[in-house]
Amino acid sequence: MTYIDPHIHMVSRTTDDYQRMAQAGCVAITEPAFWAGFDRSSPQGFYDYFRQLTESEPQRAAQYGISHYTWLAINPKEAEDPGFAREAMSLIPEFLDKPNVLGIGEIGLNKNSRNELEIFEAHLDLAADRGQLILVHTPHLEDKLKGTRLIIDAIRNNSALDRNRILIDHVEEHTARLVLDGGFWAGMTLYPETKCTPQRAADIVETYGTERLWINSAGDWGPSDPLAVPKARLEMRRRGHRPETIARITFDNPRSFLGQCPKFVLDGC
Amino acid sequence: MTAPESTCPAPRSKVVELYFLEHRAKLIDIASFLDRVDRAPADGPETDFRIEAFHRALAILSDGRAERARRILEALSDHSTEPIDSAAGLKGAFGASPE
Repeated sequence: MTYIDPHIHMVSRTTDDYQRMAQAGCVAITEPAFWAGFDRSSPQGFYDYFRQLTESEPQRAAQYGISHYTWLAINPKEAEDPGFAREAMSLIPEFLDKPNVLGIGEIGLNKNSRNELEIFEAHLDLAADRGQLILVHTPHLEDKLKGTRLIIDAIRNNSALDRNRILIDHVEEHTARLVLDGGFWAGMTLYPETKCTPQRAADIVETYGTERLWINSAGDWGPSDPLAVPKARLEMRRRGHRPETIARITFDNPRSFLGQCPKFVLDGC
Repeated sequence: MTAPESTCPAPRSKVVELYFLEHRAKLIDIASFLDRVDRAPADGPETDFRIEAFHRALAILSDGRAERARRILEALSDHSTEPIDSAAGLKGAFGASPE
């Protein structure tokens, strides 16, 4: 069976990971722009990063038959200086027409500050103006519940946005209902310590159903697992979930959401 | 004990069979962690807000009510509603919110 990993930071991973993911059935990934583990010193750093996401990384993925798509943004961890953030954001429109760019992401909040919120709202305006899909990052650990509420309020305040074109990521047991009841798509991220395990992700599917829900690895430079999605598939199979249910969460749902952007095409699937 | 709606395709006996040993190990890890904290020499305030939150969460585990994971995550969350004034110098999270 094939799967899509709709959130993974392959710039932080080795080519061996592409090979292992392809062997496990991965046919497509989408890579949101994120924090590199340190703050970039100039907007030029973002320009180079956006080039890497739109030019270099798709070629690396293609060697293993994996389609590579991406999202562009300045992430919330580097959004505390609004002047700097807006300068970096001004580079995004030049890249939006690249063939593998699906939309704006990952945007959102980290520590739930006023400046982060200002830049999040500016990204929402950009996405609305350019008719882009949106991928939203929600904060970590104790900040997630408050941040998810602030994010949903900000989106509700922007009447130009269609909630069916917005995915709110990193949901856990205390935020999944907020996101799904709000009419958004929801992503579960599988991390060894700080987000969901494959077992908990399967529990969330059993609790909230399969509609508008997907699973991703969000593999990056920290403790994470690029094979987390196939591990979650195995977890669901162990419990006796039907193949159609597993396929819906790990292939059909990402394809439906991402397919709202006409650039997202899966050859032969 | 509250009986949640049955949505897990595996019968209860299989769930226990599949997961008991894994979670027995995690349970002992928790006990061992708390013992370790007790054994460690004090080097600061008497209490740590994270350990206090941990103990509140442990009470939820054994209260016999459903949706323990959701309620523990909520117990470990910041329940304020206004954005903070500045995130300058802040990047990571603690895992629990100071009261």
